[in-house]
Amino acid sequence: MKAELLKIAESVVSQAVEGEQVEVVAVHGKETEVRVYQGEIESFTAAESQGVGIRIVHDGRQGMAYAGSLDVDVLAETLEEARDNASFGTPDEFQAIANPDGVESVSLELLDPSLSEFANEEKIAMAIDLERSILASDTRIIGVESTDYVDSINTSAIVTSTGIRRASQEGGCYIAASSLASDGVDTQTGFGYSVGRSPTSLDVVKASSDATERATRLLGAKKADSGRMTVILDPYVTAQFLGIIGSTLSGEALLKGRSLFADRDGDQVAPSFLTLIDDPTDVDAFTATEADGEGLASRRNVLIDQGCLNGFLHNSYTARALGKSSTGSAVRSYNSSPGAGPLALTLTPGRCSQSELIQQVGEGMLIQGVAGLHSGVNPVSGDFSAGAEGLMIREGCLAEPVREITIASTLQRMLLDIQTIGNDLERLPMKSSGVSIVVDDIMVSGV
Amino acid sequence: MLEQDLIERVLNEALKSGGEFAEVFVEDKRSSSAVFDDAKVEELTSGRDRGAGIRVVAGETTGFAHTADLSEDGLMIAARAAASATRSAGASSRTNVLERVVAPSPNQVETFPELVAKERKVNLLIQADEVARSQGAAITQVSARYGDSRRKILVANSDGVFASDDQVRTLFSISCVATGDTGMQTGRESIGRPIGFELFDDVDVDELAERAAQRALTKLNARPAPSGAMPVVIGSGGGGVLFHEACGHGLEADLVNKQASVFAGKVGETVASELVTLIDDGTMSHEWGAFAIDDEGRPAQRNVLIENGVLVDYMWDGLRSRNEGRASSGNGRRQSYHVLPMVRMTNTYIANGETNPQDIIEDTSSGVYVAQLGGGQVNTATGDFVFGMTEAYLIENGEITEPIREGNLIGNGPEVLNQIDALGNDFDMGSPGTCGKDGQGVPVGDGTPTLRVTSLTVGGTAG
Repeated sequence: MKAELLKIAESVVSQAVEGEQVEVVAVHGKETEVRVYQGEIESFTAAESQGVGIRIVHDGRQGMAYAGSLDVDVLAETLEEARDNASFGTPDEFQAIANPDGVESVSLELLDPSLSEFANEEKIAMAIDLERSILASDTRIIGVESTDYVDSINTSAIVTSTGIRRASQEGGCYIAASSLASDGVDTQTGFGYSVGRSPTSLDVVKASSDATERATRLLGAKKADSGRMTVILDPYVTAQFLGIIGSTLSGEALLKGRSLFADRDGDQVAPSFLTLIDDPTDVDAFTATEADGEGLASRRNVLIDQGCLNGFLHNSYTARALGKSSTGSAVRSYNSSPGAGPLALTLTPGRCSQSELIQQVGEGMLIQGVAGLHSGVNPVSGDFSAGAEGLMIREGCLAEPVREITIASTLQRMLLDIQTIGNDLERLPMKSSGVSIVVDDIMVSGV
Repeated sequence: MLEQDLIERVLNEALKSGGEFAEVFVEDKRSSSAVFDDAKVEELTSGRDRGAGIRVVAGETTGFAHTADLSEDGLMIAARAAASATRSAGASSRTNVLERVVAPSPNQVETFPELVAKERKVNLLIQADEVARSQGAAITQVSARYGDSRRKILVANSDGVFASDDQVRTLFSISCVATGDTGMQTGRESIGRPIGFELFDDVDVDELAERAAQRALTKLNARPAPSGAMPVVIGSGGGGVLFHEACGHGLEADLVNKQASVFAGKVGETVASELVTLIDDGTMSHEWGAFAIDDEGRPAQRNVLIENGVLVDYMWDGLRSRNEGRASSGNGRRQSYHVLPMVRMTNTYIANGETNPQDIIEDTSSGVYVAQLGGGQVNTATGDFVFGMTEAYLIENGEITEPIREGNLIGNGPEVLNQIDALGNDFDMGSPGTCGKDGQGVPVGDGTPTLRVTSLTVGGTAG
């Protein structure tokens, strides 16, 4: 498949005319999705998809076109559209297709052969097993809204008229369930999941116990009193915040005057024990990749080094415009032009487990889930406010559950208010890993 | 798009291994967009997506496959893949005679997007940028986006349905950053309708740009939002998303059937203040969520969900209504041929009330006035929801006073529905939205008159 996609991409790039730069991304994906409900298959999806994205730069003008097909006539039409679109761009001296930068890519094993050997019957059985396990775990579990097994193998190739030629293949799978618990009066929901590169690495027991615990421990939850308090963010919640902080460190945000960290390079923006890294070469990261969206080698970038801001993430365009080098941080899918941003974020973990953190905090709140982050965070000003649920911490132990509250602060303050980082690093099906963190002085609104 | 006899052969192939129901959904979508950012036409993008999704239902199981290959071979392979997942031992059924479903489109398109010179689209963006920047030196960044799409769909199923639709959508949005002593603030405006370029005959891009810029400038002086439970007045048009989240999702039959909704088993009961009449209407002419047929070949409908506070009915798609032996309500939608349809909203709104909106504000001694809500999210099983305020002010002694910074509002659907104690007579539809469910986005509209909720929790940073 890699060779096939390279050949298709090369066939388009070879049509480049004088004065024009061409970049072609060709992708192929194979996916299975099993959803079970009450011991039966609710739906089974088997799908193959393909796509091509063509970007043209001519005299500093950029144009883009894509199609969900690799048919020859479609490729020709897409190339013509991209050319036509380029003629409307504003000339920009920094606009260009990336040049090879000489950075060797790290070879990563991202496709486990066992993934494609896993039979459909086994996928179905695994999902049914997960659902059964959750239903049997606690009498207060009244149902499992959905239980899924999903796997995919994605192949992509990128070829440019500037000499980049690269293909890669990545595979992954996960199981996930959403549970319903009731004590006869109150209903709560919880989720559990496990991600990996091979079906054997998926942890049904953990997914099941998480789904059960998250739902049952919230039963009877009430609003909390309003006030400032110390909170612990669960790994999954921390990961969501890291994603937002990562986006503020995009070279694109910086270039366009939308980064709240502009002019802060080298400043102390977090406590000295905090180091934030974007490392897509870490094979354990769910979004690990050998190359970025422009075909340059992906690399490890330290964004906050012992509390000090250590630079921004660049693609080749933002780097040229700001007099920097690309950090291999072009982010895109085949149907978009490259942006700049994080690929695989992680905080360097600390020494304490979450239960030790709870003990240390003494009085506060464990935030198990947040809602409305997409609407409640302004990544330009840094203001945020999110719906939250979790458990009170009293005398160093988890106490009564709380719901229908909001937590608010600014991203800048929250970073500085981090007191401790836990040791419970968790890989998640997103661009950030999670870890428990303790944050001081968060405004909680409830009653 | 495809010949009728080819579709019949594909449906019969899909039913060969014992399925009771088969469906072919064919989609051919062209889209184009133009982005103006940082004082430049950054790029134009054109896209083409064409393919078919085939599903087979046997008992409780749905098998699904999709393909970008619309040849007979490609379709037959997909039909067999979809059928293979349904392990029914029953006798094979046959497709009924296909009969064309005729449904009038609520959207009359005059100027199809492909007939408009790209230059005209780009010029709108340049114009908006100029107007926004002229609002003040504090406007430091402007980004504007134009997008259009033309989506032709064809749906045929073994019940004999054969329907097609040609759906055009045009969207324009602008977002401004204002910079002051207190940092940066943003303001955004958007307009979208399921029509062609004639959208801009009625819509003044200058006015949109001005509003977005003014919103960002106003927020520079905003003080932190208060925190805690208090009365909240939501302005006309700006707050339909409240009902989309607070009860819309909970009235989707797929969630109700799995007991994952607080509204399960409550048809006929009083679930809201008697002021509340909630309607979902896919036939609303020129509104963002309108269409002629849904993605299962069913004509769009106007459905009253809550009438004077009493729950009348849920929203239904083909699969869920089939199990209940009733008709679909025309709410079966999907993002693309790559995915199965689900129960989705169209244009969801609260019917007009009788009170003068000014009286509602004057009658509120202290609280928050929300002129524009952002996106939201709900947990349908508990009814807890949140949504962001993108433009809001304090109400002090019955008057709208100072602007406040962004924050979330949080509440519980069933509780909030009962706490609506005033409804204005100034109904308006809001901005075009994209509703996300299970990873799929579809265009939706919402609307509301000015209204007051006696108590919502405002999640600000001020004590």
